[in-house]
Amino acid sequence: MQGDQNNTSSLPADTAAPSMQISEETVIDITDMNKWYGNFHVLKDIDLTVRRGERIVICGPSGSGKSTLIRCINRLEEHQQGSINVDGIELTNDLKNIDAIRREVGMVFQHFNLFPHLTVLQNCTLAPIWVKKLPRKEAEEVAMKYLNRVRIPEQADKYPGQLSGGQQQRVAIARSLCMNPKIMLFDEPTSALDPEMIKEVLDVMIELAREGMTMICVTHEMGFAKTVANRVIFMDGGQIIEENEPQEFFNNPQSERTQLFLSQILAH
Amino acid sequence: MATDGNTASRAVVHAGDLPDKPAPIATEGALAWMRDNLFNNVLNSVLTVSALALVLYVLPGALGWLIFNANWTGGAEACRANPDGACWPFVTTRWEQFLYGFYEKSERWRIDILLVVLAIGVAWMVWEKMPARRLVAMFMLFIYPVFAFIMLYGNETLGLPIVETPQWGGFTLTLVIALSGIVVSLPLGVLLALGRRSSMPIISLLSTIFIEFWRGIPLVAVLFMATIMFPLFLPAGVTFDQLLRAVIGVALFASAYMAEVVRGGLQAIPKGQYEGAMALGLPFGNMMRLIILPQALKIVIPGIVNTFIGLFKDTTLVLIIALFDLLGIVQASIADPNWSIKSVPYTGYAFVAIVFWICCYSMARYSRYIEDKLHTGHKR
Repeated sequence: MQGDQNNTSSLPADTAAPSMQISEETVIDITDMNKWYGNFHVLKDIDLTVRRGERIVICGPSGSGKSTLIRCINRLEEHQQGSINVDGIELTNDLKNIDAIRREVGMVFQHFNLFPHLTVLQNCTLAPIWVKKLPRKEAEEVAMKYLNRVRIPEQADKYPGQLSGGQQQRVAIARSLCMNPKIMLFDEPTSALDPEMIKEVLDVMIELAREGMTMICVTHEMGFAKTVANRVIFMDGGQIIEENEPQEFFNNPQSERTQLFLSQILAH
Repeated sequence: MATDGNTASRAVVHAGDLPDKPAPIATEGALAWMRDNLFNNVLNSVLTVSALALVLYVLPGALGWLIFNANWTGGAEACRANPDGACWPFVTTRWEQFLYGFYEKSERWRIDILLVVLAIGVAWMVWEKMPARRLVAMFMLFIYPVFAFIMLYGNETLGLPIVETPQWGGFTLTLVIALSGIVVSLPLGVLLALGRRSSMPIISLLSTIFIEFWRGIPLVAVLFMATIMFPLFLPAGVTFDQLLRAVIGVALFASAYMAEVVRGGLQAIPKGQYEGAMALGLPFGNMMRLIILPQALKIVIPGIVNTFIGLFKDTTLVLIIALFDLLGIVQASIADPNWSIKSVPYTGYAFVAIVFWICCYSMARYSRYIEDKLHTGHKR
């Protein structure tokens, strides 16, 4: 926690929010969604609407279903009841729809999930070449553009195993961006990083938010939530307990569970 | 509070970087290596000395028999005169038979061409500096086998007289069986491994049954079944080449082992790799081909090569169904009354052992080289 606070205090808190535009258009619409692992009810009656350009932070204790929720959005997990609609595409068992949604939705994982047998550049060009059928040359140009954006163009020819955790996570972000997604999902992107590397990843994410990317981010970085999010969602026991603007959420939490959670993570 | 002031003033600050110092001499060099690895405790010292003694006891005799006392020139008579050394003239006068088997003498140039193309092709694929290696690999995998079959068996319209498979033999036959097995078993093994892990129950069940069936019976039994039982199932009058049956048996047998090796590699790939690929929208086929299999196969290179080596040596078992591979033909030659000399059987078996060892050890070395080359991460 010590590291977190140091990092977050250095973020430019004032500049982020005003420049970000949120449109009225809905890009993700989750209605009455339920999911079970066997008999275990992991997600209960989830209702969530995300508008284009929104930055949503989901927090909550471990096992509360927050990762499962965002993994349902691109069908890494299957939901059993209710509906998920991403950018006008209904998420069903239809492989065509799943592929279409995955092309629109980028995802960044806790453990990066880079492909260790490919170079950084190849990691970034793989999907554009094989999914979007971009010519190699063009894909490489796009990849270099995003590697520049995450500030590691000089690592393009290295293998992921040769990079630090923070660099790997930035490559993972660039890899997702190469597909030109409309929505980015972040699944605890900084949880596996050493404290001194958290900032470099958060900086990239803040920049992305400033450019108007729609983001849903599962994280324990409360400083990031305060700076970037326009909505914070608190989950516990598979349900959405509280949902509010960051200011209100942190200063005036309504539910007891939220208060308890916040008091625990902000205690240090 | 005065103590606080005191402790603060005792702060230790190191300015500048410490220089790198050389490692202590005692950790480098041959002597240090011997001390660390051969004589690091009493038990190891005893083992080292006794192993050395054993080598010194056996090696002079072996080298004497194989090289220094061996007969290198002359014929059977020279060997009969000196029974205390290997009889290499037995090999040098019969090497053609060992290589070609009973293949028509006038047609042996066809095998020569095949062997030369094989050697060039393999060297080309293995040697990194050569251009168009992918193209050559494609040629060797898909065109060469067809070319080899036409050359070996013959084709009347091309003016190549037919040479029936019972005449194939020697090292040529060993290569035919081993290479067919290798070329078939790797792709089939990959498919079976994927099938066994499939989420579709029918495919998974069929793959599992196939794998467990072939793994559960000895290769000798497979070969006997292919030779004796299989023809009983065929309608009368339909024949099916004996060698082809044996090759299919060996290939399917090796595929089952290969499938389990590959499955081990697939299981070692973390779930995150699948999720990373799926989240990018890669369809299943591309995900397997570009992400999962390259990593899985890399992990199991030692296992794959191990299976290849096993397969290569198992080809000698075909001698029990009267196919004369290298070992079979050497064994048959030993029975030649002109060469009924005490040292000849030993020489023959030593020769077979050396040939097989060179082939298998080359495969093992190449696998080590590939492992090192494909190692992209940091060694931790």
